[in-house]
Amino acid sequence: MTNQANSTGANKISTLVMAAIYITLILSIVAIGVGIAAFYETGTYEVTLYLLAIGFIAMALSGYYLLQSRKHTANLKIEAPKILTTIECVKCSIKTTRDFQRGDYVYKEIEKCSKCEDMQVITAIYREPTAKEKEKEKPAAV
Amino acid sequence: MINPLAQSPIFTNQFGIGSGDPVLTILSLLSYLFIFVFIFYGQRIQMYVMIREVENSLFKLKLMKEEGRKTAVETIKEIGKPTTDPSSKVDRYLDYFTISPQNMDPAGIVNKLDHILDVRDQRMKDEVKLMAPASDEVQVYNLENTLEAAMALNFIYKVVRHYYLQGKKTLSLYTIMQLQMILPMVMKEAEAYASALKAFAYGQPIGDGAGPLIAARIMHGQEVHKIPKDCVYAEVPFENRTALVMKAEGPGGNVGKPGEAVQYLLEEYKGKVTAVVMIDAGLKLEGEALGEIAEGIGAAIGGPGVDQFKIEEAVVEQKIPLYAVIIKEDIGDAVSMMRKEISDAADKAIERIREVIKERTQEGDHVVIVGVGNTIGVGQ
Repeated sequence: MTNQANSTGANKISTLVMAAIYITLILSIVAIGVGIAAFYETGTYEVTLYLLAIGFIAMALSGYYLLQSRKHTANLKIEAPKILTTIECVKCSIKTTRDFQRGDYVYKEIEKCSKCEDMQVITAIYREPTAKEKEKEKPAAV
Repeated sequence: MINPLAQSPIFTNQFGIGSGDPVLTILSLLSYLFIFVFIFYGQRIQMYVMIREVENSLFKLKLMKEEGRKTAVETIKEIGKPTTDPSSKVDRYLDYFTISPQNMDPAGIVNKLDHILDVRDQRMKDEVKLMAPASDEVQVYNLENTLEAAMALNFIYKVVRHYYLQGKKTLSLYTIMQLQMILPMVMKEAEAYASALKAFAYGQPIGDGAGPLIAARIMHGQEVHKIPKDCVYAEVPFENRTALVMKAEGPGGNVGKPGEAVQYLLEEYKGKVTAVVMIDAGLKLEGEALGEIAEGIGAAIGGPGVDQFKIEEAVVEQKIPLYAVIIKEDIGDAVSMMRKEISDAADKAIERIREVIKERTQEGDHVVIVGVGNTIGVGQ
């Protein structure tokens, strides 16, 4: 997926945007530096305050866009969830869980039970929610 | 020459012009420029921000669409062992459409829609068989579902792209704004289809399979009979009653035609059936817990409405009460791999069905229990 993302126009635009963001970030640091230097050289607050304000606003903006672009890149990845298969022995009720294998389906009879030699069946195939999903689905306070 | 602005303390102090400091003057002029730009071009700037957001989502949709196509082609190659490259056939399939019947004179529209859906279903299966000659019946169903998910992604991408380009071309704030407002929901659905691709390709159960899973859990171990169309049923002793439990035939991706199956069972057991209980996945509202069970009256079944119509017709004819039990989940969970909460909810749902049957029917009665939904990854 990531390689594919690089081949689309999305990356072309984001390179330009990223360049602009980095330039703004550098300029904002320069503005803060010049502001502080101006204070020590001239001793006046006004210019220093303006330059610091410009520097911090520009830094905040470029930081925000930098975070946004990181979020965008992260969003482009489609996560493959982990699928689990529960196998159960109907006679002795022993449950085991393993990773899903192609060809598994619920109520498929598979290998014999190690205890009672009865056939075991798949009783469930499911995916565990990711930590992100769990966080999203926390019960509402209202 | 006297600078009038420099004479005014307001202008000098508050606006910085005329203060003599070039930095302050430039900053003041820049602030004015900002104000004017935002007054006259604020809306346009807002629109460009929105366009950029839509663009980002569109790129993501494009990736999903390409992933869908790639998964479909790879699965067909892997399972179907075609002699030629199926890519062009997959591309043709992705643009496949169905025209719903004319409804100016609605009488008889259900039969027309039913016929069109039958033709579509058969055509799709034939196409899949042509693309993947080595696949068995279950694999054909699963491949068809994989292609359907890829088709859905392709359609979503095209529709969003259409409105995005139209909005950009006409620079219509309202077109872009509407698109941007519905995008979170659209993206959620698209992400669900994207994650469902692998489920369909590998034959894993999906959230919509909650109904068939419950039916399978009740009927497991009993003799299973095939009934039209693509459905199975079993006679199960249930709370001193006889439950006729039916679901679509698994484990291939299949919803069957529960309408026809219920009609068949009610005809076969004419006069004996005292209740029909339908189990399906139901749409949950935000804030409700996933896998919550709710109970109601009526035909719990989605889709184009043909099966709902047939079930309602059949129960009305024999005056049989129709009960519904639903397992709550959102649209994303319904089309993607089954979550643990839904799988765990099956036992709770069976308990609820047990209560409904004990409360609403007498011992010795016959009851029809219908597990509605896509039975992919669920046998019987």
